[in-house]
Amino acid sequence: MSYTSPTAEPPVLRLSGITKRFGALTANDAISFELNKGEVVALLGENGAGKTTLMNILFGHYVADEGSIEAFGQTLPPGDPKAALAAGIGMVHQHFTLADNMTVLENIALGTESLWRPRLDRASARTRIAKLAADFGLAVNPDARVGALSVGERQRVEILKALYRDARVLILDEPTAVLTPAETEALFRTLKMLVANGLSIIFISHKLGEVMAVSDRVLVLRSGRLAGERATARTTRQELAALMVGQEVKQPAVAPVTRGEALFVMNDVSTSARGAGAALDQVSLTLFAGEIVGLAGVSGNGQAALAGLIAGAERPVSGEMLIAGRAVANWSTRAALDHGIARIPEDRHAVGTIGDMSVTENVISERYRSARFSRHGFLDWKAARNFAEGLIRDYDVKCPSPEARIRLLSGGNMQKLILGRALDPDPAIVLANQPARGLDVGAVAYVHGKLLEARARGAAVLLISEDLDEIMALSDRILVISKGRLSAPSARGERTIGEIGELMAGHLERAA
Amino acid sequence: MEQALEILFTASFWVAAIRIASPLIFATMGELICERAGVLNLGIEGIMTVGAFAGWFTVYSGGDLWTGVAIAALAGAMFGLLHATLTVPLGLSQHVVGIGITLLATSLTYFTYRLALPEVTSPPKIEPFQPLPIPGLSQIPVVGEALFAQTPLTYLAFATVAVVAWVLYRTPLGLAMRAAGENPSAVEAQGISVTGIRMGAVMAGSALMAVGGAFLTMSAFNSFFFEMINGRGWICIALVVFGSWRPGKALLGAILFAAFDAYQIRLQQLSGGVVPYQVFLMMPYVLSILALVLVARRATYPKALMIPYQKGER
Repeated sequence: MSYTSPTAEPPVLRLSGITKRFGALTANDAISFELNKGEVVALLGENGAGKTTLMNILFGHYVADEGSIEAFGQTLPPGDPKAALAAGIGMVHQHFTLADNMTVLENIALGTESLWRPRLDRASARTRIAKLAADFGLAVNPDARVGALSVGERQRVEILKALYRDARVLILDEPTAVLTPAETEALFRTLKMLVANGLSIIFISHKLGEVMAVSDRVLVLRSGRLAGERATARTTRQELAALMVGQEVKQPAVAPVTRGEALFVMNDVSTSARGAGAALDQVSLTLFAGEIVGLAGVSGNGQAALAGLIAGAERPVSGEMLIAGRAVANWSTRAALDHGIARIPEDRHAVGTIGDMSVTENVISERYRSARFSRHGFLDWKAARNFAEGLIRDYDVKCPSPEARIRLLSGGNMQKLILGRALDPDPAIVLANQPARGLDVGAVAYVHGKLLEARARGAAVLLISEDLDEIMALSDRILVISKGRLSAPSARGERTIGEIGELMAGHLERAA
Repeated sequence: MEQALEILFTASFWVAAIRIASPLIFATMGELICERAGVLNLGIEGIMTVGAFAGWFTVYSGGDLWTGVAIAALAGAMFGLLHATLTVPLGLSQHVVGIGITLLATSLTYFTYRLALPEVTSPPKIEPFQPLPIPGLSQIPVVGEALFAQTPLTYLAFATVAVVAWVLYRTPLGLAMRAAGENPSAVEAQGISVTGIRMGAVMAGSALMAVGGAFLTMSAFNSFFFEMINGRGWICIALVVFGSWRPGKALLGAILFAAFDAYQIRLQQLSGGVVPYQVFLMMPYVLSILALVLVARRATYPKALMIPYQKGER
């Protein structure tokens, strides 16, 4: 399939038959496409579909096993970022390539002058940055240290870096993953200005809404293959989602479940302030068996304190906590585990897993002391490995072996393992903190399905999320947290999204 | 007590402090360059030994003093190349390689010394650098004598600080070096070779360390003897932390440490044997630990320090 380009000019980029293998895994399989001047092409695909690999090949970080790349009619030498830069290809990586200890100006100027020049020309760099910033709505203080900037500002620095090098093609890898909605809006405005100035953009994403909003054309990647190409104006989210995962995505059905006994009770619990987030202020909360409680709120309003408290990382300074009707003493993470509280942490990289340890070691990390995995103080590696293999099979985790370091897994697969680790012992209480953040459509549906299964089994689930759609879809009861206080609960369908949004903004009604 | 304070106002005390500081300044700048680019160079102690010997031996064999300095720098750079090859492209542990380099360089130096001078019992002497008072400036009381009546190598040490600071903060090369130590992928993304930057930094830094060693045999003393580096390299590693990886602050640290050292020698003479002399010897080290505790807690390390960079790894 092909579509008429918006201009009659030859394509700015042409990828032909790109194939890249990592061992047994074929990350890119004979991918070919063209990019025309002044268009935004979205590269859509699930995590692990090969989007980032493809772009790393284009930018010269990886060398393709087969295939070739032409930029403005010239073949690019493989594996040479310098040549890609010189050809006018700029890339904004998902993980920013900025040095935190240097200023914005220094980061932008890095590599733009011959290394042997005795003096960096700051004055002219400053002038050019100011002009680019003004032209494309990328306001940022050139003398600020990058380490002190917000994520949105850092991204602007990355885009400025590319423009400063006269990029004609800009590749953005999951650019909105780290942005607030307002920052995303600003980014889209900038992209429109760039395209109006004749740049071409490749926008990598797994978020359908954004792809529909920002692109002219969509390329869908699935398992390393180009699964389809559509003009954005002539397609639908449903069609793209189906192309992405290879089948229709079914929203998990929420079957009615009778609410059981109270498994976890908090009465007037407060915590001491720690870190950036709000502390809990006399919070009362009851989790019942067979029920999902959704906790909505803007990040930093006490979610971290509440999650820490339930997980045992934090202790209450006042109030009481009851588990299965009994007050808890000596609250700690170990006590929480012993009481059957399963935890799906907010940050799967920093807290949920230990990146350089193996899959096996990670999945037994909460239960290595149990009789199942150890005897007389020695680990039973055979049992551990069997357990890991079981989880990999049951939770459909794509990973080379239980011995693989867990940081090599994609986010979705990592999350599946964390889910498996948490849910395998049939926990009574499940703390799911942002369980679907950053996951693709298929993985999100999978996680939601598992949480509903736990509920059907009779577990009490607390779902903490900033994604209101997720909260609305899953929760039997919805609470809003704001400045460390909880709103009165509302049953499924009782409040509209708008009303909940208002509560999130801080207009708390008095708790009943 | 009064006497102990009076020491601080004598010119000879400050002259000694600056002289003791000079080798530390060279080596600290060398270590600072390496670490700013992301490589911890624990070969420093051995590389200083190599420099001390190479410089001295060149002069002993008939070369002139500046040729000696150049040969010392070159020898240091060669050991830097070995260190860099193992730690940068091969990505081996910087701790293990560094200590290995120190052991190798030290032993090889002693071995060479024995081979070259088999018959010698007392270390032969050379004609070292002489003080070169700068007309006018050296006439200023105390300060003039301390700063402007030193040997040319001391002036070179101070000039080195200025050059290192200029390069790090004012040149495109300095940007690339600092970025290589903070986030190497930022350097790679600009088409600059992280390997090249880091290897270059380690070689240049090692050359400076060796010149620091050469100062001891060619300016402070006039011969080479075993164990003469005596832990100065390790002190320089602490000085880099003390200076928060900034050349100016590291220079201050070096002078401070040297002042402690010069002071304890004079206090020893005052004490008249009542206090064991080891207590005085210990003093600069105790004080530098205290200073480190106060300063280094807030130090921000180059984030990629000691982390090997492999292109294309995720």
